[in-house]
Amino acid sequence: MSTDTSDAAADETPAEDAPSRAELATRVEELETALAETTADDDSKKMSIIATKGTLDMAYPPLILASTAAAFGYEVTVFHTFWGLDILHEERSKDLKLSSVGNPNMPVPNVVGALPGMDRVTTSMMEKRIDNNDTATIEELLETSLDMGVEFQACQMTIDLMDYDEDDFYDGVTTGVGAATAIQDMAEADIQLLV
Amino acid sequence: MSSELDIAETLDVKGASCPMPVVKTKTTIDDLAPGEILEVLATDPGSMSDIDGWAAGTDGVSLVSQEEGADVYKHYVRKTE
Repeated sequence: MSTDTSDAAADETPAEDAPSRAELATRVEELETALAETTADDDSKKMSIIATKGTLDMAYPPLILASTAAAFGYEVTVFHTFWGLDILHEERSKDLKLSSVGNPNMPVPNVVGALPGMDRVTTSMMEKRIDNNDTATIEELLETSLDMGVEFQACQMTIDLMDYDEDDFYDGVTTGVGAATAIQDMAEADIQLLV
Repeated sequence: MSSELDIAETLDVKGASCPMPVVKTKTTIDDLAPGEILEVLATDPGSMSDIDGWAAGTDGVSLVSQEEGADVYKHYVRKTE
């Protein structure tokens, strides 16, 4: 028996523990499916924002970035917690205030800004500027973002803490979510931001 | 340049500021058919950079040209798919 014959025989009858042709075909199919899923995942870009502030100035960045990312085709999730909840609160979102203290760039010194009613003064000053510049309002940005498919989530723990009701929020806002949901979104996202 | 283009629709966002020119460009172009061109008229100087950046980073659209007029910025964006 020559060496060649023995090699040929080995090709035709594989070792007993080697996978069968059918098993290999199944395995290849599984890998192809997994690869297709991975490639498909890469196609959908995701952004996750955590919004923690509820002053008039700090309500803008998460909404501007969320709507713009949606325009880029990102799947966007904004998780609102603590004062960030006020942005989603139908009533409170229309009455967000600009603080007259704590910002040394404000035209009024802190000692004056601390006087009663000064937050109302600085807020109405800013609102006038927003109006004069045709800057979108918070409500407008929120409605636009919702229309574009941005998912706004209201943190359940802080809803309870602030004694808000689930019905207080704009239609389309997701409630009943917690930190684990936010972590999951952040882990899957291409961009993560804390505002 | 614009006179040579076959414009399917014109979006007027004069007066609107960031992020509305980009956001409205996106929502308007969604309704166009592939190959069609959207003309965007804006007064926001940031729209020159923003619409350029948006078109470069977004699937299915490509920037044809931009013009800086005396008091209006014109953008021409084609829907590619």
